[in-house]
Amino acid sequence: MSLFHVTRRGLMAAGSALVLALGTGAASQAQTPPGVLIVGQIAEPKSLDPDTVTAVNDFRILFNVYEGLVRYKDGTLEVEPSLATGWDISEDGTEYTFTLREGVTFHDGSPFNAEAVKFNFDRMLDENHPYYDTGPFPLSFYFSAVEDIEVIDDLTIKFTLTSSYAPFLSNLAYTPGLIVSKAAVEERGADFGRQPSGTGPFRFVEWRSNEAVVVESNPDYWNGAPELEAVVYRPITDANTRTAEMLAGGIDVMVEVPPVALSEFQGEGYNIVEQAGPHVWFLILNAKEGPFTDKRVRQAANYAINKEALVNEVLEGTAEVAAGPTPPAFSWAYNEELEPYPYDPEKARELIAEAGAEGAELTFYVTEGGSGMLDPIAMGTAIQADLQAVGLNVKIETYEWNTFLGEVNPGLEGKADMAEMAWMTNDPDTLPFLALRTEAWPQEGGFNSGYYSNPEVDELLQQARVSTDQDERARLYKEMQAIVQDDAPWVFVANWKQNAVTNDRVENFTLQPSFFLLLEDVVKK
Amino acid sequence: MTGYILKRILSAIPVLLGITVIVFLIMALIPGDPATAILGSYATPENVARLNRDLGLDKSLFQQYFIWLGNMLQGDFGTSFALNRPVLDEVLERFNATLVLAGTAFVMCSLLGVIAGVISAANQYGLADKAITFAVLLGISVPSFFLGMMMILLFAVNLRWFPVSGMWPIYGARDFGALLSHLTMPAIALAVVATGVIARLSRSAMLEVLRQDFIRTARAKGVHERGVIWRHALKAAMVSIIPVLGIQAGFVLSGAVYIEIVFQWPGVGRMLVDAILKRDILLVQGGVVFVAACYVMFNIAVDVLQSLLDPRIKT
Repeated sequence: MSLFHVTRRGLMAAGSALVLALGTGAASQAQTPPGVLIVGQIAEPKSLDPDTVTAVNDFRILFNVYEGLVRYKDGTLEVEPSLATGWDISEDGTEYTFTLREGVTFHDGSPFNAEAVKFNFDRMLDENHPYYDTGPFPLSFYFSAVEDIEVIDDLTIKFTLTSSYAPFLSNLAYTPGLIVSKAAVEERGADFGRQPSGTGPFRFVEWRSNEAVVVESNPDYWNGAPELEAVVYRPITDANTRTAEMLAGGIDVMVEVPPVALSEFQGEGYNIVEQAGPHVWFLILNAKEGPFTDKRVRQAANYAINKEALVNEVLEGTAEVAAGPTPPAFSWAYNEELEPYPYDPEKARELIAEAGAEGAELTFYVTEGGSGMLDPIAMGTAIQADLQAVGLNVKIETYEWNTFLGEVNPGLEGKADMAEMAWMTNDPDTLPFLALRTEAWPQEGGFNSGYYSNPEVDELLQQARVSTDQDERARLYKEMQAIVQDDAPWVFVANWKQNAVTNDRVENFTLQPSFFLLLEDVVKK
Repeated sequence: MTGYILKRILSAIPVLLGITVIVFLIMALIPGDPATAILGSYATPENVARLNRDLGLDKSLFQQYFIWLGNMLQGDFGTSFALNRPVLDEVLERFNATLVLAGTAFVMCSLLGVIAGVISAANQYGLADKAITFAVLLGISVPSFFLGMMMILLFAVNLRWFPVSGMWPIYGARDFGALLSHLTMPAIALAVVATGVIARLSRSAMLEVLRQDFIRTARAKGVHERGVIWRHALKAAMVSIIPVLGIQAGFVLSGAVYIEIVFQWPGVGRMLVDAILKRDILLVQGGVVFVAACYVMFNIAVDVLQSLLDPRIKT
């Protein structure tokens, strides 16, 4: 009997603790305030210094705090003026002279001018610069063609390139081109990444480690202060927890919704936003040795794999079938005439028979995950089954992402016949230049791990990179795509569509093909 | 006594040195280097070499180890390259959060576990014993991360009693009530398994003590049953319960890794997982060494406490 007293007392104590917890719990679950947008991010940012980061997750904050000389036009990957109001390009394509926007100030109050711009690029590119040690700057090679930067006057600046390099402008629109405050870097040094200062529509308020990064409307923004009072970025690394936060009303916007969770948001109260981006998911085929040295076998692989099923069943419609090496998001450079290889196992079998490759044994490198790789194991297994069905015996070897890159980037020779890969880029030049040219074979320092080589493609890519006329570049890229599609150095599989979910209090929310998140015009009731 | 404590502390030094060697080697031997992890798609051999030089990873392993150890002995754990901030700052900040979570869970599982074990033992084969034994079996069998997710679905998404994740509200006061509402679910999810283990072992420890002569003597002298159980028997049983608590403290600390991920608790476990995936070598090494040192210290404290409780232990 005596024990009963103890348990009763214990019960009462536990009960009151529970009531207390529930009471406060309910109170702290009030709705998020209007005018404040809470974004569920996939990870804590590495830094808010745009020159030191490489992850799209960080870009989602940076493009609201900083601006570059140029930017991508809304809904496209074409360049338009931003902090520069205009520019002249010399005949030979080696000199770019920018006129800067007048009356712009950084969030710390210091002026935006040609000196500030020069400081930005010198900091990244000159090893002897006093603030070079605020790096490392992993994407500084975007500007490796820059030979000299000259301040002409307060609002005019001239970049001289070692040789004509057409992607220069679109590289300026990417993260390493975002302009940081000279005064703030000088004052804060390496701490600048945690106390950033730019010219963008939102200015930095605070960064609470592992909790939130808060930015607020910049009242002095040159294009008018945004209507949102503040944006709070919350890092929620676990996709299930992120989904639960969205369902419970703890966040207003969720990015990178896992395909399986999309159905949760199909009903009332939520909006699903999708946007195809400059992403391509493909299989590298080893053209140097083994069955894929024969073009017919490479084409057969393209016919044999059911890409529709991959994007619809495995990826639940979060991607589209890719036709060639260039994603359609580069609308100006994309060859509309290309049709994806149809799913035709009969034709694949014929081609394999012609080439005498029936029953060939193939080693297939698959990764467990990784940037832009979508659902690589499930996709790898489905691809294996499709190839098996046309008489190719595929053996999968699975690696963790970093190990995988360590195996694939040095080249597949002597190791594998095919490997999964995905790229996300900001210019149609980048991927083919780094991964399809003869001079981009791994031993030359490139990413052409399957040793594809076609002098015609090499020539087209070289010309396209040098020409500063966009129509001319477009023509060259389109021709390149047709040739590469026919040569089939890769199996072209999918172009990822980025997705996001917002609740119905959020208006004017869009996603950009650049995969940047621009919140300037968003309204929250 | 001081001699004993000193001896235990001295014996911890080779253990800690061993930990530094193991942690260092594991991070050096797992495939994938930080430069590749940072550069991702842009990891050309040239870029990797340049970044490795900037990160000081072009030196020999031997050199790297002694530079790291030497710096650490002077209190410099280095800078996390993925977070761009000093490792020690990050670890201390995150360890606070872990202490709050694991500490609460540890107090919960110790109290509930011991109480449940005692009640069970006192009512051996009775209704209360059967109910507790069943609940304990259930508690031990449910994986904590699964329990956590189910709690989120029920109490946060459907009933909206508690926030889904995090340690503090994004808006509003950071007071005790706010902390409590965020802490309740993760602490319970983390405590459940350890509660079960402690309850089981407390039960058997109590049963053993209850069979001893001095208990019969106490009862014969007319001590109230409540006094017999809670004062005489429990005190004797604590000698074998306390080492179990020490082991469970380590278990709760490591279990916190899963719970911190499910509930996005900003603790050291989640930090380590993120750091391992990013190959943030210095942060992993510094974090593991720090946690291991805390665990070693805690165990010394448990040993000392036990030697105080049990005079039979030679000091």
